[in-house]
Amino acid sequence: MATIRRLVLDVLKPHQPSAIVFASTLADFSADYWVSLDVTEMDEKTETTVITIEGDDIRFEELAAAIERMGGSIHSIDEVEVTGSEQG
Amino acid sequence: MKAPKQPHFKMHLLRATSIARRYMVTNGFDGALTILGMVTGFFISGMTDLEVALSACMGATIALFISGISSAYLSEKAEREKELHGLEQALVTDLKQSDYGQASRYLPVLVALVNGFSPFVLSLLILMPLFFADSLYAWSMNPFLSSIAVALMCIFVLGVFLGKISQTFWLWSGLKTLVIAVITVAIILFFGRTF
Repeated sequence: MATIRRLVLDVLKPHQPSAIVFASTLADFSADYWVSLDVTEMDEKTETTVITIEGDDIRFEELAAAIERMGGSIHSIDEVEVTGSEQG
Repeated sequence: MKAPKQPHFKMHLLRATSIARRYMVTNGFDGALTILGMVTGFFISGMTDLEVALSACMGATIALFISGISSAYLSEKAEREKELHGLEQALVTDLKQSDYGQASRYLPVLVALVNGFSPFVLSLLILMPLFFADSLYAWSMNPFLSSIAVALMCIFVLGVFLGKISQTFWLWSGLKTLVIAVITVAIILFFGRTF
């Protein structure tokens, strides 16, 4: 099964938790996760962010659940990089 | 893999702690002054029947407890739901399963318990001398006067607590609340002697 190496997500999040806490929570799922969060737009109650996650084997469902738990909403998957594995 | 700890839920909890602290002082002060007023009233009326005084004060204590719990729960729940609804509209998503949703369900309960138990515990403390009146009579102490002294002490401690929160001089803050209590007693004494 192919493994996800890189994901770029367009996420709308509330102001709290902060960008640092939000990104750190996602990064804490695995020691090899590298997470970058850019706030592209700021509204009265929300922030539009672009979250880039890199890792050896990114588990999207796990991250999506964490984002939703923190009050975020994934608008789109803007980029994805995967590596395939030989089917036995 | 184990899910990471959720510091953002703690964030909601911290916010609730600050609200609960405010409720604790406000309603605690309210409860302590109410019972102080009642005990002072019984004292100047020359009440000797402790059972009547205790029943009346316990009635007020229970009413303060129920009122504290229900009023804080209803108002806090309404505030949380309004906040959640506003955020859901802004995010165009359902937040019921998120930390925000959980906070809007559980934190009003926490705040309500603090708001209810604060006057309840303080009132019971103030009424302790009436519960142990027989022992106090043996020491030639008036249970009503002892109760008033405990109330003043509780109100002073609440002031000290406020001083600690606001990081101001604790003694000054304690004295300020004590002066309010003393003025209350003075007004009750004035009206008690007038009528």
